[in-house]
Amino acid sequence: MSRDKIRRFENSIALSLCTLATFFGLFWLIFILGDVIVNGIGALNLGLFVNDPAPPGVEGGGLRNAFVGHLMITFFATLIGVPIGLLGGTFLAEYARGSRSARIISVLSDIMVSVPSIVIGTFVYVILVKPVGHFSGWAGAVALAFIMIPVVLRTTEDMLTLIPWSLREAAFALGAPYYKVIVKVVYRGAAAGIFTGVLLSIARVVGETAPLLFTSFNNAFFSVNMNEPVSSLTVTIFQYAMGPYENWHAQAWAASFIITIVILALTIVGRSIISWRYGKR
Amino acid sequence: MYKRDPIDKAFSTVTAVASISVPLLIIGILYVLFSHSSLAIERFGIIGFLVSADWNPVRESFGAAASLYGTVLTTFLALLIAIPVALGIAIFITEVAPNFLKRPIGAAIELLAAIPSIIYGMWGLFTLAPIMADYIEPTLQDAVGGLPIIGILFEGTPMGIDILTASLILSIMIIPFTASISRDAFNLTPAVIKESAYGLGATKWEVIKSVVLPYSKLGIFGGIVLSLGRALGETMAIAFVLGNNHQITTSLFDAASTITVTLANEFTEADTDIYYSSLFYLALILFILSFITLAIAKYFIVRGERNYPR
Amino acid sequence: MSGEIKIEVKGLNFYYSGGIHVLKNITLPVNKNTVTALIGPSGCGKTTFLRCLNRMHDLYPGNRYEGEILMDGKDILDMDVDIIRLRSRVGMVFQKPTPFPMSILENITFGLKLMDIRRSEFVDRVEESLKNAALWDETKDRLQESAYSLSGGQQQRLCIARALAVEPDVILMDEPCSALDPIATARIEDLIAELKRNYTVVIVTHNMQQAARVSEFAGFFMTGELIEFDVTKRIFTAPSNKLTEDYITGRFG
Repeated sequence: MSRDKIRRFENSIALSLCTLATFFGLFWLIFILGDVIVNGIGALNLGLFVNDPAPPGVEGGGLRNAFVGHLMITFFATLIGVPIGLLGGTFLAEYARGSRSARIISVLSDIMVSVPSIVIGTFVYVILVKPVGHFSGWAGAVALAFIMIPVVLRTTEDMLTLIPWSLREAAFALGAPYYKVIVKVVYRGAAAGIFTGVLLSIARVVGETAPLLFTSFNNAFFSVNMNEPVSSLTVTIFQYAMGPYENWHAQAWAASFIITIVILALTIVGRSIISWRYGKR
Repeated sequence: MYKRDPIDKAFSTVTAVASISVPLLIIGILYVLFSHSSLAIERFGIIGFLVSADWNPVRESFGAAASLYGTVLTTFLALLIAIPVALGIAIFITEVAPNFLKRPIGAAIELLAAIPSIIYGMWGLFTLAPIMADYIEPTLQDAVGGLPIIGILFEGTPMGIDILTASLILSIMIIPFTASISRDAFNLTPAVIKESAYGLGATKWEVIKSVVLPYSKLGIFGGIVLSLGRALGETMAIAFVLGNNHQITTSLFDAASTITVTLANEFTEADTDIYYSSLFYLALILFILSFITLAIAKYFIVRGERNYPR
Repeated sequence: MSGEIKIEVKGLNFYYSGGIHVLKNITLPVNKNTVTALIGPSGCGKTTFLRCLNRMHDLYPGNRYEGEILMDGKDILDMDVDIIRLRSRVGMVFQKPTPFPMSILENITFGLKLMDIRRSEFVDRVEESLKNAALWDETKDRLQESAYSLSGGQQQRLCIARALAVEPDVILMDEPCSALDPIATARIEDLIAELKRNYTVVIVTHNMQQAARVSEFAGFFMTGELIEFDVTKRIFTAPSNKLTEDYITGRFG
């Protein structure tokens, strides 16, 4: 073979391998999603949403407690995490723009976004579960909020930074104090991006299990009391999948299906807003 | 400077306090983990804890080596599988795929990252583990099990609940992270430079190999380290398929444990102070390990972007 | 030079944070109801000077003024000056249009809301300022639409209308046409000529023809110094300084 032919051959081999790698990645996506959809839909029924769990080993029952519990924990986590993240991001992008402390907090937040969530669980266990002597929905919500804060903070910072500085100067030139410039002009310009950040942060925590294991724990009964252990879909999936009963496994698949659909929907909506609003990506 | 509007002062203070929450959280975590592991630190020391593979709640003797071994081994194997695949995907998306496929494929790969780890774990337990046990692992055993040295890795009865399955799941989870950061890094290569390489008659692969990859090496390295940090802390995806076995084993077909899996399985069961304290000690090691790893990753990603600004 | 003086700048020095001395001993009058143009090569300090007149530099820490800027006889560099009120008396229009991310109507009422003007006055003020900015006919039927739906030239006139709505005395313009096409530029220039009936306008421009067309007075800046200040006609026809002449005739800059 001539040198030229070898080069061409090498080129096509390398590029084919890259294509193959992509198929490898897509294969798992389709495999996992397909499996969750097939098994999940097969296990779906109305009883799942309206009944509470049957005693272990007994057929029937549902996951009403886990659905409601999961919603409550996520709702309160959002209520705590989003405002703190939003305000913190505002500080970094506005009042502390370009300062050393803003850069440090920004980097720390990036790191915290990826820190093992189970560690957050042990931390919240110490500050909120141990002192009162029992697991609680609040502890779960706070653990998830701790995970959300850096996510929301960083996206808010990025989205506010995208708003041109000249827009703020124009508002200052009309005699607006900085907080009004931020709330009325900057937030408004960045609204779509911030909203996406919130959606994605919810998507991030909706599927969390590890930080809930030691905080909200689990509850086989229906409870809307955030001061008690509260059941969640993810912890229930863990318990049921590891358990010995067929109907538990089926319900775990159904719960996985619902969680996956919710997360994918949030993610896709979020990403669509970004590409619609900011083009590219 | 002029007099500040009082509401503005209040608002800026509130935002400052909110942003301080992140460093406070880090300090709080460090303090809590450290103070709760002090009992175990006193009893077992630092080196002693790290090298002891003994994890025996009955005899109240604890060491991190088995969990650390499992953490490092699964992470290493996961990276071994994930890095080439992720780089291949990133190259495919940026350089090979026709334009109309770039975005859908990129989005599809990133959806892999959105699937929660508990789903990976359950899928691994019910679907992947049986396939591994019945088909893939016996095949591997037949193929390379007889070889000297390498064969040790493939000893034992393939059960599917083992290091290999856990590492494979972990690798599928981190592929999208590595791929999307590598893709971003590839995109930093100025088009002019690529074009001038093409202008010299280079093939696409030669351009990638000798222009794009060197240009983006910092970013790619950062992406790999970031995935490493993620893999270290992954819990639910492997909690189902690793078996929580506190022994250092040589075969990939053996059950094992990681720090995260130990915590998930034993934290609520710890009945003695030293047991409890040892678990916090593990959590502290994990936190420090992943924090440092992630900081290194961040450093390289930022440096990669700074060298070649868009 | 006759007429009532609106702003009198006396011995103004300005330092950016770090002590960089960018304006050196500037003294010039701005006559009421006239257009004063500031010209000079880029980096000469003309924009920095303009931004002293509404104390925009106060947004960034470390900047320092020396000297006096008397507006209606009161020094606006005094510590006790209420900057918020100063800025509502001195409107500003920027290089690039800066419409806020809201409707056309809300853009105009933004400043009105800041000043606690009664809602009942809004309708009249909006119409008046849009008419003054020669934008009323084009926008009266679409006030609720996003300001981003306007063309670049319309956006710039919207920003002028927004500045006019709070009824300032002085309007500062920082190269207001540099991002616009020739037709939109011509409309803004006509508008500037109209504005001086009710307002005092100070405009920074790098376009000398524009300065000649719209202004009565002109100041030529170079390396932070005011080289020459005079009636525009004289600056362009018989400058007394060699540097000014070189710049006007295009020998540098």
